[in-house]
Amino acid sequence: MKHFFKIVYCIAILCIADTSYAQRKTAVKAKTTTVNAGLKLPTGFHASIIARDLGVARHMAVNSKGDIYVKMDRVKNSGGIIELSNPADNGIARKKTVFGEYGGTGIAIKNGYLYASSNSNIYRYKLNADEQVEDTGKAELIVSGLLDRGQHNSKSIALDNDGNIYVNIGAYSNSCQEHDRENGSKGMDPCPILDSAGGIWQFKADKQNQTYGDGVRYATGTRNVVGLDWNNEINSLFVMQHGRDQIGTMFPQFYEAKYADEIPAEEMFLVKKGMNFGWPYCYYDPMQNKKLLAPEYGGDGKQVGRCAEMEKPVVAFPAHMAPDGLLFYTGNMFPEKYKNGAFIAFHGSWNRNVTGQEGYFVAFVPFKDGKPSGKWEVFANGFAGVSKIESTGDAKYRPCGLAQAPDGSLYVSDDNKGNIWRITYKGK
Amino acid sequence: MKKIIITGILCLLVVAYIFAQAKKQPLAQASIKRGQKVFESTCIVCHQKNGGGVPRLNPPLIKTKYVLGDKSQLVQIVLKGLNQPIEIEGETYNNVMPSFAQLTDEQIADVLTYVRNSFGNKASAVTPALVKAERAKTQ
Repeated sequence: MKHFFKIVYCIAILCIADTSYAQRKTAVKAKTTTVNAGLKLPTGFHASIIARDLGVARHMAVNSKGDIYVKMDRVKNSGGIIELSNPADNGIARKKTVFGEYGGTGIAIKNGYLYASSNSNIYRYKLNADEQVEDTGKAELIVSGLLDRGQHNSKSIALDNDGNIYVNIGAYSNSCQEHDRENGSKGMDPCPILDSAGGIWQFKADKQNQTYGDGVRYATGTRNVVGLDWNNEINSLFVMQHGRDQIGTMFPQFYEAKYADEIPAEEMFLVKKGMNFGWPYCYYDPMQNKKLLAPEYGGDGKQVGRCAEMEKPVVAFPAHMAPDGLLFYTGNMFPEKYKNGAFIAFHGSWNRNVTGQEGYFVAFVPFKDGKPSGKWEVFANGFAGVSKIESTGDAKYRPCGLAQAPDGSLYVSDDNKGNIWRITYKGK
Repeated sequence: MKKIIITGILCLLVVAYIFAQAKKQPLAQASIKRGQKVFESTCIVCHQKNGGGVPRLNPPLIKTKYVLGDKSQLVQIVLKGLNQPIEIEGETYNNVMPSFAQLTDEQIADVLTYVRNSFGNKASAVTPALVKAERAKTQ
């Protein structure tokens, strides 16, 4: 009899446990299907997911009909570019075609062509009157042989209005040490990586088979840029640099651990021909508002040295948040405040050791006449799906690419699962 | 009498085995504990608190053949680092891992024993003797 009660008791406990578990599950489910599709947005904005689970979705380009071309990090179902239909009508972007047998990040539309990049080449496809790719099997090779050594190999692109294409060639190193990322290894001076990487190159947008020799070294000293965009208001290139890693763990003698988490800033640069932004010799300390000498080159957290001559950022963001997408908003849907301002997709940090991981959101900076006119703010948050991110893997989604639809809505891609969000403004 | 002797021997064997196990366990436990400290000061930045790494940059340490498989190869990775992209279950990881040869044989043995017995992993311990032998190969 005693056993009988024990069994009944156990079953009862199991039942209670099971119901609370089931309740918890529905609660989580209800939360992710709120009207804002898991995203926290300023009042009046609305978000929906227009495509799911595409894979590693990097940058996007939208044609005049509203079709979305998504550049995938790798080839899936024999294609590295996915064309999606305009979701404006029914809220769903349908997969139309898959083509381009190379993985990569960069994609852009300009003057009747779709440009796309692998991690070493840039291709383009002719568009027809409907701005659809005429022949997906016919890619013109515009640039080839750009350096790809794994680390920082995304070749993101932007085009100006004078027939040029800009591509970032990231440095295959953290801080140009003799032995990359090794404690105590000295910085190479001059840094030989800068001969073929760590900068922005300019090529002709309509000339085939170019390589390094045909390009112009437009700017140097950018460690790794993934997000870049042409600002038509002042006809200039803007880029987002990923600052160096591990300054605090490699040089604890100069930086207190919490302080180290905040350096160096992630920097937005206005890029003019011939500029030098300082990598690997310099880094930007957002608390001191200075470019300082990197400790691999004799710095100690205070010395400026040669960094006095390096270009400063136009906006400094918190360290390590990994800006992967930049877009100047020119649409008419969003309120006036957003016109010509910059949206930045932050992929999210992995090496803020003490203070916790940050980023995993889309930020906004208001601009006036090509200059920031206010402080940056978080625009869309909640991609991670959890409030506290201890390990990068805790984040469910990670923002990467940004694109603007003809109606002025904003697209955000996630390269963890491959979801695409559409953010619209409907007023208060 | 014969029966008693056999039983006696069996009993002794069992007791000896239990003692051996008991002695072995605390040793491995102590090594894991020391290894956790090494992990937290040296490895956690890239491989993350949960050992899951960073997608497409730093490899995960959870249930991969690199961690659970050949111990010599694992020791060699710590001693020499890895400067080639590495593929694990269809995902490529691009960041460079530096050499950690500056750690002592015991620290490397401890941290690898910790990693092989954390994040859902379960595998045998790595001994300082193995690290010493592998280090000799690199010199």
